[in-house]
Amino acid sequence: MRRSVILETVIRAELPVLLVVSLYLLFAGHNQPGGGFAGGLVAGAAYALALVAGGAGAVRRTTRFQPTTLLGAGLLLATLTALVPLFTGNDLLEHDVLSADLPVLGTVKTTTALFFDTGVYLVVTGLVLLVVTALGPGDLDVGDVDATPGDGT
Amino acid sequence: MTLLLSLPVAMPLAGAALAVLAWRHRRLQRAIAVATLGATLVLAVVLAVTVERDGIQTTQVGGWPAPIGITLVADLFAALMLVIGLATVLAVLVFAIGQPGSDDDAPAFHPVYLVMTTGIVASFLTGDLFNLFVAFEITLTASYVLITLGGRREQVRTGMTYVVINLLASLLFLMALAFVYAATGTVNMADLVGRLGVLDPDLRLALSLLLFVVFGIKAAVFPLFFWLPDSYPTARAPVTAVFAGLLTKVGVYAIVRTQTLLFGEDRPSTLLLVVAGLTMIIGVLGAIAQDDMKRILSFHIISQIGYMILGVGLFTVAGLAGAVLFIVHQIPVKASLFLVGGIVEHSAGSTALSKVGGLVRRIPFAAGLFGLAALSLAGLPPFSGFVGKLALVEAGFSAEEYPIVAVSLVGSLLTLFSMVKIWNGVFWGIPEEPTPELLATPGRLHTPLLMNVSAAALVTLTVAIALFAGPLYDLCERAANDLLDPSAYVQAVLP
Repeated sequence: MRRSVILETVIRAELPVLLVVSLYLLFAGHNQPGGGFAGGLVAGAAYALALVAGGAGAVRRTTRFQPTTLLGAGLLLATLTALVPLFTGNDLLEHDVLSADLPVLGTVKTTTALFFDTGVYLVVTGLVLLVVTALGPGDLDVGDVDATPGDGT
Repeated sequence: MTLLLSLPVAMPLAGAALAVLAWRHRRLQRAIAVATLGATLVLAVVLAVTVERDGIQTTQVGGWPAPIGITLVADLFAALMLVIGLATVLAVLVFAIGQPGSDDDAPAFHPVYLVMTTGIVASFLTGDLFNLFVAFEITLTASYVLITLGGRREQVRTGMTYVVINLLASLLFLMALAFVYAATGTVNMADLVGRLGVLDPDLRLALSLLLFVVFGIKAAVFPLFFWLPDSYPTARAPVTAVFAGLLTKVGVYAIVRTQTLLFGEDRPSTLLLVVAGLTMIIGVLGAIAQDDMKRILSFHIISQIGYMILGVGLFTVAGLAGAVLFIVHQIPVKASLFLVGGIVEHSAGSTALSKVGGLVRRIPFAAGLFGLAALSLAGLPPFSGFVGKLALVEAGFSAEEYPIVAVSLVGSLLTLFSMVKIWNGVFWGIPEEPTPELLATPGRLHTPLLMNVSAAALVTLTVAIALFAGPLYDLCERAANDLLDPSAYVQAVLP
């Protein structure tokens, strides 16, 4: 596969923006369209774009976590969120509303479902990363820059 | 009772998460998997004892009352299946740990195996038709990974068939759910009991048939079985064993649950009996035509499913009790036969009848286990298969369904014939010289202890089923009574 300078530059700029959007979707999820799954997919799509631009090695360098660590931690977080209410005398997966007064944001209201959603987000992101990094051996060849026809150097 | 019902579903999933985190640490993964399944089995036994003593147990997930929320229900049938299923899953896991090469190169094995267990447990405990779909999907998605573990060309080819046929069945299931919801406005099984009752009988019959086809594909009944003997034998031995022991039985469980609870009044009884007879005979004839141990056993899965459907088709207390007893006996027997197949493959390099022979000298212990399990499968007294079949035959006689009884007896005879064929081909005869490639791998001529232990544990379980057949049959009879009279189930879910 050839590298494309334009694609690579655009995606380098886009990657953080997409990750922020994915986090927005994660937090907006409870009351508005979004959620852990949708957020995770957007994050996964961002990494898929990075794969197209720079190969699997480039994707691997964007995160210091192993994909399996993300996946496992997410699944554990989600399952524990499901299990915690059992030990406070409630039912499996029962959720509660949390509210807190934060300095800048004012009164913030959220539910314990956010932890579950975060787990889902991590599972989806981890899974996409796992697939994406398994697809390629490493970096695209650096010498193989997209050469235009007639560029006779 | 919330804990007892919720933990068996959630714990294997938590174990899977831990096993993913321990990705490259095989010993840790094994410890996590064994500990999780062991603890789940203990909980299942406690649950079964509670259900036996106090009646049907329910809990509402998320605290939303039925029929809005998802209900988890354990009646006697579900609890029995849960205990025997988890015991088999645990024994097969121990076999996989003992078998060199079955989890070495695949860090995903333990997590995926635990996820599959979650799906199986959830299928048994759910009281919600849509949730049953979700549980099936969890099980199947995990099974897609397990069946192609190893990635040989042949595995990928047959795995493809397996995936496509199951996706098709899932699609049909989803459509059936949409129809049920459109007709009644609910998918909670207890709530459906009353609402289906007021529907047009023809519509009810159509829904019943559609669900029967869906679960019939999963359970591999005639004529929807063709995918099974093709795909199962290509997987690794422990994977085939757990699939053979449990996955088709989850389908049978769903057939029993839906046909008794939801469509009790007007079920397609004659159709069920015809399907049962054809499944028995076609399955066993297919088995006779094969010349590979794993393939013969795979066809036998199908044949034995016929006996379970027979019990559902009779639709009497005795028939259903026989079916429940037969399922309970089949799960460990089938798994143990495939585990012995795994031992044969390990020590002879093949399971083709023409390539191996005289193994009784080299692996006498495994040969003995095979003998016990095979006689039990064929239904010879005093083994567990005899008890199960006797219950079914008696039920058939008292329901005056003589043709199907005759068919089932012929099926048993043919089963015995093909078991003898395996015995002659694999264990008796002139010992084949070990192939050079086998001799080159150290440790192949000797069976690891754990493989023998886990296969022996399952065979012991089947012997125990035969020994305690009396009390067990009483339990199955109570389970059948509950199945035929859904009022207690409905009362427990919708107080």
